[in-house]
Amino acid sequence: MSQLLLDVNELTMRFGGLLAVNKVNLSVKHRQIVSIIGPNGAGKTTVFNCLSGFYIPTDGSIMFNGQQLAGLKDFQISRKGLVRTFQHVRLFSKMTVIENMLVAQHRHLNTNLFAGMLKTPSYRRLEKEAMDRAIYWLEEVNLLQHANRAAGNLAYGQQRKLEIARCMSTQPQLLLLDEPAAGLNPNETKELDQLIVRLRDEHEISILLIEHDMGLVMGISDHIYVIAQGTPLADGKPDEVKQNPDVIKAYLGES
Amino acid sequence: MTEASLYLLQQIINGLTIGSTYALIAIGYTMVYGIIGMINFAHGEIYMIGSYVSFIVITGLLAMGSFALPLVLFIALLVAMLIASTYGWTVERVAYRPLRGSNRLIALISAIGMSIFLQNYVALSQGSRDVALAPLISGSVLELGSLETFEVTLSWMQLLIWVVTLVTMTALTLFISRSRMGRACRACAEDLGMTNLLGIDTNRIISLTFVIGAALAAIAGLLLGLYYGVINPFIGFMAGLKAFTAAVLGGIGSIPGAMLGGLILGVTEALTAAYFPSEYKDVVAFGLLVTILLFRPTGILGKPEVEKV
Repeated sequence: MSQLLLDVNELTMRFGGLLAVNKVNLSVKHRQIVSIIGPNGAGKTTVFNCLSGFYIPTDGSIMFNGQQLAGLKDFQISRKGLVRTFQHVRLFSKMTVIENMLVAQHRHLNTNLFAGMLKTPSYRRLEKEAMDRAIYWLEEVNLLQHANRAAGNLAYGQQRKLEIARCMSTQPQLLLLDEPAAGLNPNETKELDQLIVRLRDEHEISILLIEHDMGLVMGISDHIYVIAQGTPLADGKPDEVKQNPDVIKAYLGES
Repeated sequence: MTEASLYLLQQIINGLTIGSTYALIAIGYTMVYGIIGMINFAHGEIYMIGSYVSFIVITGLLAMGSFALPLVLFIALLVAMLIASTYGWTVERVAYRPLRGSNRLIALISAIGMSIFLQNYVALSQGSRDVALAPLISGSVLELGSLETFEVTLSWMQLLIWVVTLVTMTALTLFISRSRMGRACRACAEDLGMTNLLGIDTNRIISLTFVIGAALAAIAGLLLGLYYGVINPFIGFMAGLKAFTAAVLGGIGSIPGAMLGGLILGVTEALTAAYFPSEYKDVVAFGLLVTILLFRPTGILGKPEVEKV
């Protein structure tokens, strides 16, 4: 059990009479890419919303590194090392690329007003570290040359990459990506594919992914969960899931 | 210069003076609106409290004697900013934060309640009559024209208001654009939810905006109190309304907009009072607001609101 990074047990989310998520179990190990797939409206994003503290789940437990997350506030969860992106881009579009990167590291910085006014050595050191980390991740996603542009003026694919870089600058252990390939062209999807694998292999973090691009999902996932209408349908290695008759039925309808 | 143009110049000087103080108060409305989308109707009362505190401190220090006037004013300013900030912080903590996430109307009603409470609280504790302070700063910096025709004067008091406002606004602009807390403020204004998800405790940032707004209102309280020489517990209502108008005029949510809106409103009022019966100045000020809202609902520098998800 101890090597599980994320262990979700019987997660349930009810909105009035609507059962959006019904007893979903999930687990993510260290250095693993895990995907959640399922038809539209299956409750995948609701699961993400529960994990990231956007919703307070009706029932179930969310253990992250052995700590219960259910009931914590969103900023507390992200401080524990679980950060997410959204289906649509949510950058601070009026701020520059580098500012987006720095704001994400706000909590790592010394916000003491007097330290800021006096520019104490520890203040300078933390500031330099934040800047170094920002530059490092911008380089990783190939956006360093755009550092001083307003984030809203970047091309769509670049904005997607900036979102991931911004999450990474908070030094997470688990990254939740909600349809990161949506709206990307085939080349950009391939780059994204490589980036996600690199995050696992080189930066040793785990990724939980919601994605409709089956090529991407099947190619990089270590484990796949399928949910339909809020209920777990199947899970396993990509090949197993692909062959599963229930999954085929859920995606293609009954014949 | 002809008499008419000297007269006009004088009105513009007066208008810019009043306008500067409107701008200082308007910052509090615009920053709070920019981040949590609510109108803090108790903000005018914070300004009034700033006025009272500065009057009390000035009177006390002068009674003790043997202090230089600039020192007295400086201490009064610091104390007023500190106490008004405490009030601003407390009002947010007690009356608004518990209601966050509920209907906007509920927070608005709470704000109006807070405003009435603070007015009456000061009226009960300090008396509801006018409090006057003898002019401390007299004399003029500049006199133009001659006594036979019309003499334009820029008083030391007016110059002080201009300089203090300019310094404050510059400091605020630098804080917002350069400092990391300012960066976090801008992030909150763009997307509060996302800022939270990045691990920033946005409640602290919201408290900070209330504190900054209150401190600026206290500066205006001291300056306008000295300028007029008379205050009472009800001055916050009209001043708050005017500053709110200034904020909307410039584009609510925009800090440069609040500065510009304040100056435009001040000059408009002064010019109206100069060329028409002075009772019309409020009519014109609020008429200007209605006109702007009809033809440019987002204000002069405001951007159309994008629907937040």
